[in-house]
Amino acid sequence: MIAVEGLTRRYVGFTAVDDVSFTARPGRVTGFLGPNGAGKSTTLRILVGLSAATSGTATVDGRRYVDLPDPGREVGVLLDPSAQHVGRTGRETLTIAQRFMGLPRSRVEEMLALVGLTAQESSRRVRDYSLGMRQRLGIATALLGDPAVLVLDEPANGLDPAGIRWMRGLLRDFADRGGTVLLSSHLIHEIEVVADDLVVLAGGRVVARGPKADLLAAAGPAADGGGLEQLFLDLTEGALT
Amino acid sequence: MTVDVAPGATPSGYPPIPMRRIVTTEVRKLFDTRSGFWLGAGVGLLALLATAAVAALSSDAGMTYRAFTTAVDYPLTVVLPVVAILSVTSEWSQRSGLTTFTLVPRRGRVVAATAGACVGVAVVTAPLALAVGALGNLAGTSLAGIAPVWDVTATSMLTIVLSNVLGVLVGFVLGVLLRSSVGAVVAYFVYALVLPALAVVLAGSQAWFRTVQPWVDLRYAQGTLVDGTLTAAQWEHLAASVALWLLAPLAVGLVAVVRAEVK
Repeated sequence: MIAVEGLTRRYVGFTAVDDVSFTARPGRVTGFLGPNGAGKSTTLRILVGLSAATSGTATVDGRRYVDLPDPGREVGVLLDPSAQHVGRTGRETLTIAQRFMGLPRSRVEEMLALVGLTAQESSRRVRDYSLGMRQRLGIATALLGDPAVLVLDEPANGLDPAGIRWMRGLLRDFADRGGTVLLSSHLIHEIEVVADDLVVLAGGRVVARGPKADLLAAAGPAADGGGLEQLFLDLTEGALT
Repeated sequence: MTVDVAPGATPSGYPPIPMRRIVTTEVRKLFDTRSGFWLGAGVGLLALLATAAVAALSSDAGMTYRAFTTAVDYPLTVVLPVVAILSVTSEWSQRSGLTTFTLVPRRGRVVAATAGACVGVAVVTAPLALAVGALGNLAGTSLAGIAPVWDVTATSMLTIVLSNVLGVLVGFVLGVLLRSSVGAVVAYFVYALVLPALAVVLAGSQAWFRTVQPWVDLRYAQGTLVDGTLTAAQWEHLAASVALWLLAPLAVGLVAVVRAEVK
């Protein structure tokens, strides 16, 4: 389980994340929604120890991420598919992660097969990868250590419709087998079809959270026509004005 | 995924990542990129060319083991610091650090492992250079029909290794301090090419600089290493200039690396 409590990150002149609290539970996909610049990525970076919080805590199964002995085995992370060395081949990129985690070599081929990168594609340099291929490589890296928790930032970006459907099935299946998925996106439809719980962020603050069904029901008739999209716009515009 | 096993169903409580695993992975990362591969291949090629050049161009009297090792060692002293620079800076400029620091969140361990990897490569390649130099000396002198001259003592072999390690550490420290490939490479060549010339000019015109130079000029101290035996005073000079050029900037760079936001 992921637990974020009172998380705040201030920069000079503005507060990117403002007293954010939520949980992401096992067996459920938690959609992390918000417009651009709402603080989603900053929250996720703090969660995995890439940025420091000004105050508040973020834990995975009760421990800070940086205190996990071999974090790749417990939490699969994909924050930015372009954050890879372009001079490495896709297979080599995975091999590096496999070595850091001390996994058997066979795991690399298994993951390449799982995300649908062919032998020929995985031998090419990441420089020559499309965004969709980088996204698949990032998913492979995240799943490599067979973690129980997934933290993904906009994983559908750059995927074609078939890829998006594949990703949806993968996340659904992962959660149905008891895994925890924290999935950030600004694509409302993607979240709507796959998420069980929602956390909506706007201007660095949580403006709504809870089971998706409850949020939609509480929104009442206003949300009926546009569904989650209308609810999202109502929530986030309200927070910004 | 059709397997009906819960994600992460394998028993929890993983042991911490051993340092050895991080170091060996960092060694692999030095040469598994396109630039890393060509830097490695380039050193080998330049070493062979340097050996051939000494054999073909030097006079009979000049064709000694020292001449060969110096020629073979030279490309190492130029390229290895650049390899060390890129080992740190590419993590930031290529942003692969995002994955590295996610898999190994204690950034000090990654930096220490990278330092270990770079020093390891410098330590392993120096004997290789000495071996290639020895082969060149045998081949060159037999082609010229003269007796080979073995004029490199065991002590000066060790100081060649140490000197290569120091050069690599300077590159590494500049990488940690600047975290930019271009910036660190430029800074390294200013250090390696411009500062020595400046030091010569200063030493020629300023008496005070002649007094402090042994203490503050790392390349001057490094030069005494390659030339052979060191007196106690020269070791003290070396220690002082290492503190100034390596330890102080490393401390500053480490603090910045640990605190920096990885984006």
